[in-house]
Amino acid sequence: MLTRKANEEMQYILATDVGSTTTKARFFHKKDGEWRFLVAGEAPTTVEAPYEDVTRGVMNAVSEVEALTGHRILAPDGSGIISPYDGKMGVDLYCTTSSAGGGLQMMVAGLIKMMTAESAARAALGAGAIVMDVISRDDGRRSYQKIQLIRNLRPDMILLAGGMDGGEQKNVLEIAELINTAEPKARLGASFELPLVYAGNKDIRDEIQKLMGERFALNMVDNLRPKVEIENTESARNAIHELFMEHVMSHAPGYTGLMKWTDVPIMPTPAGEGIAMQLIASTYKRNVLGVGLGGATTNVYSVVDGRFVRSVSANLGMSYSVTNVLKEAGIQNIMRWLPFKLDEEEVTGSLANKMIRPTTIPQTLKDLIVEHSIAREALRLGLNHHKTLATRLKGVRTERSVGDMFEQAIEETYIKMMNIDIIAGTGGLLSHAPWRGQSMLVMTDAFQPEGVTWVFQDSVFMMPHLGVLSTVYRDAAWNIFDKDCLVRVGTVIAPVGTANLGDLAMTVELTMPNGQIISEELNFGEIKYIELPERQEAKAVITPTRRFDVGDGNGHKVEKTAMGGVVGIVLDARGRPLYLPPEESQRKELLLKWFKALNLYPEEELKELI
Amino acid sequence: MTTLKENAPKEEHAYTPGLKVKRAMTLYKTRQIPIPGEVYVKEGDIVDYDTIIARTYVSGDPEIIKVAALLGFASNPKDLPVYMLKKVGDKVSKDERIAGYSTLFGLLKKWVTSPVDGTVDTISNITGQVVIRGAPIPVAVKAYIPGKVAQILPNIGAIVATNAAFIQGIFGIGGETHGKVKIAVDSPGDELTPDQITTEDKGTVLICGSLATLEVFKKAAEVGVSCLVSGGVRYQDISTLIGEAIGVAITGQEEVGLTYIATEGFGKMRMSQRTFDLLKQFEGHLASVNGATQIRAGVMRPEIIIAHEESFDQTSDDSLAGGMIPGTYVRIIREPFFGAICKVVNLPVELQQVETRSYVRVVEVELDDGRIVTVPRANVEIIEE
Repeated sequence: MLTRKANEEMQYILATDVGSTTTKARFFHKKDGEWRFLVAGEAPTTVEAPYEDVTRGVMNAVSEVEALTGHRILAPDGSGIISPYDGKMGVDLYCTTSSAGGGLQMMVAGLIKMMTAESAARAALGAGAIVMDVISRDDGRRSYQKIQLIRNLRPDMILLAGGMDGGEQKNVLEIAELINTAEPKARLGASFELPLVYAGNKDIRDEIQKLMGERFALNMVDNLRPKVEIENTESARNAIHELFMEHVMSHAPGYTGLMKWTDVPIMPTPAGEGIAMQLIASTYKRNVLGVGLGGATTNVYSVVDGRFVRSVSANLGMSYSVTNVLKEAGIQNIMRWLPFKLDEEEVTGSLANKMIRPTTIPQTLKDLIVEHSIAREALRLGLNHHKTLATRLKGVRTERSVGDMFEQAIEETYIKMMNIDIIAGTGGLLSHAPWRGQSMLVMTDAFQPEGVTWVFQDSVFMMPHLGVLSTVYRDAAWNIFDKDCLVRVGTVIAPVGTANLGDLAMTVELTMPNGQIISEELNFGEIKYIELPERQEAKAVITPTRRFDVGDGNGHKVEKTAMGGVVGIVLDARGRPLYLPPEESQRKELLLKWFKALNLYPEEELKELI
Repeated sequence: MTTLKENAPKEEHAYTPGLKVKRAMTLYKTRQIPIPGEVYVKEGDIVDYDTIIARTYVSGDPEIIKVAALLGFASNPKDLPVYMLKKVGDKVSKDERIAGYSTLFGLLKKWVTSPVDGTVDTISNITGQVVIRGAPIPVAVKAYIPGKVAQILPNIGAIVATNAAFIQGIFGIGGETHGKVKIAVDSPGDELTPDQITTEDKGTVLICGSLATLEVFKKAAEVGVSCLVSGGVRYQDISTLIGEAIGVAITGQEEVGLTYIATEGFGKMRMSQRTFDLLKQFEGHLASVNGATQIRAGVMRPEIIIAHEESFDQTSDDSLAGGMIPGTYVRIIREPFFGAICKVVNLPVELQQVETRSYVRVVEVELDDGRIVTVPRANVEIIEE
């Protein structure tokens, strides 16, 4: 790593994301004082045999950038990236994120499942990890079962929490003893010292050191739950990032070389994505629900009233784990989104083939619609998982009325779609959809936004890149983020409630930027869109009928700002929960109507499939 | 915004992943134990598939005993050492006393015994727990392929080299095994039926054409076939066979009585002619096979290795490294031409629109019937011969 130029002197920046399926290079340039995205290059990730060297995939992706721009970036002798830019070739900064080889896989442990173990899981997830299992004293498993599990897991790292400061000691040490006794081995090599972060009761650090110091690369950090009402995950997250570089990435195929090329420490992809989602929330000062739909995982992010939570559904993805989506959702839930007849065996076969050849992309319309169907289910399941983590701190005494207690017992998450102002999506399938309306509807069907919700998308998948870049050069990252990455897709206006198909659900009056007033009546089961370009706004007065609510109670009028976008304003009266008729032909007919209303797919080709 | 280089040259090669179907190559297999142990071979040794290369012992399963609680002083575990009859490192037998006390001339007594044979691993006067670790578990690794020891990996194993035909499958289940190659069908598009499998097929690597059905699996396992190889398999059949739906492709540990390798994919799929012909040439030869598949984190594909003595031109090795160029043979791995083997004609550098309306990087290929079609580059894989 060479000393890099001062930020204001830089002219070219290269960022990559070494994904589980594809390595994505993004090339940025400062022209006339403004940072912009220039071009993208992609190539399959080469973490696997016969290459087993991620730098090769990086070089392939970067050579695409070179071919498209004529700008030389790679050193001719294969030694890496030419740096700095010398007026003719090279770049001034190179940074990368990575989720290849399974990303960062962690096991976490705490004392009580719903308290310190849950906080530990949130800390690991917040650091960009996949949580393989959560061990706690009350997880319902016997000691020998936990030991067997820990022995088989082979994580990259362990996070151990438990006990408030000044609180429980013995039971925390019992958990530590259990982990120690199981002698877990590191995933990337049985002889590597397995990193363990201890973020529990600070009063037993000496005992933990004595017990675990020889067997693990032990790192003591602040207690992540020092008091019952406080969750402080920052120290644990920082330690996880450091150990990720030092102990995990250095053992992954080719990463030692890649680490030498980069000017900034390699960051796990979800950590980069998370920074980007937080950037949206802080810029617009609104509640955000974000999603990164990847090949192996679905990462869901929420920023609600300033609180950031990230979840990773490790085996919900569009390629490596696509059959796991099938397994978890069930074939019927996938088939329900198809407007044409398809044999179940054909669908399962094509998904299984995608699993074993994860880098393929749909060429036919039929394949594309099947992928969009499975994406809806992956997102739906991912959000369900996220809601189990986006909860209030448990164990904290709060004064509540009987009514409150009843409500909280039923639903503990604080994610209410009516309170979500912005939905943002990234990941191959969402970013590469041939028309943004397709990914907008995929996200809408899966998340079912309520009231008035703005929708953003990552233009060509560069949120992780800009997330890592923002850690060293925020101005450049934000400039590119705003101008070239964040696609304003539009606004979804959706009332909560159901009725009979054809019943009036809402009327919407839109005052367009030119003063024109557009009035629309939406019947239950209908969806339509009104064009309103990016960076324009319209005043929306929404009047739901008495069985529907757009944020202010049933039948109450609401006035809000609708954001324009590449799709526009989508008026969605299909019901919340979204109504899909149980009868097959009626359901298919309705789906087709929705697809046509949004001009979602080429009509001629779609007709041929029906 | 995007500034494409004007008159960008047509690309001459492109990276794409692929599978090996090679008649002859020098194959190196690393055979190692998970933790250091003893290596039993030396460089230059000739080994057979069942020669033990190295052996070690992994620590036995631990048993945690809450001794302080059992003796009635859980709240004061620091006294535990006083009551221990064994110390760390002592061997103990099942039901042997490890801690306890007897007072008042034996009127008051309490003993804690070991639930297993093993060794005292830890005694904790903080938690009051004692860990007894069971007997070490031996782990050995065999050569798996016949060949010659090319290199010793001190304390953990060796690299075995052999001249062999090598075929990578796309998906499999079950672990390492071996058997003589037997072709059970006339052509790669044929489908084997259960009644065609007889006791004579016991111990073979049975090549069964385009599809292995659940009934074929059952019959093959019943007669003791070592491994079934087919072009494809139904997802539902494989799920039924292993007892659960496959979520992610990490396999190799299944115990279904045989190993299975699909060479093309899921569904009924004609085995590629090249693969079929190669296997036919080696009918009767011993093959080492492994169904283990792992498509994440250090990919592993199922394999068929047939060691032989034929000489070959070593300079042509590893055509994958050069990527795809005009003339390269590739397999289309997605609809609408799934399974077709064809020749690369052109690699346009510009993005092109496909039926989905997406703009993607494409490759132009020539099908068997002479048609030139355009497919996304992501949808082909190199066949390395």
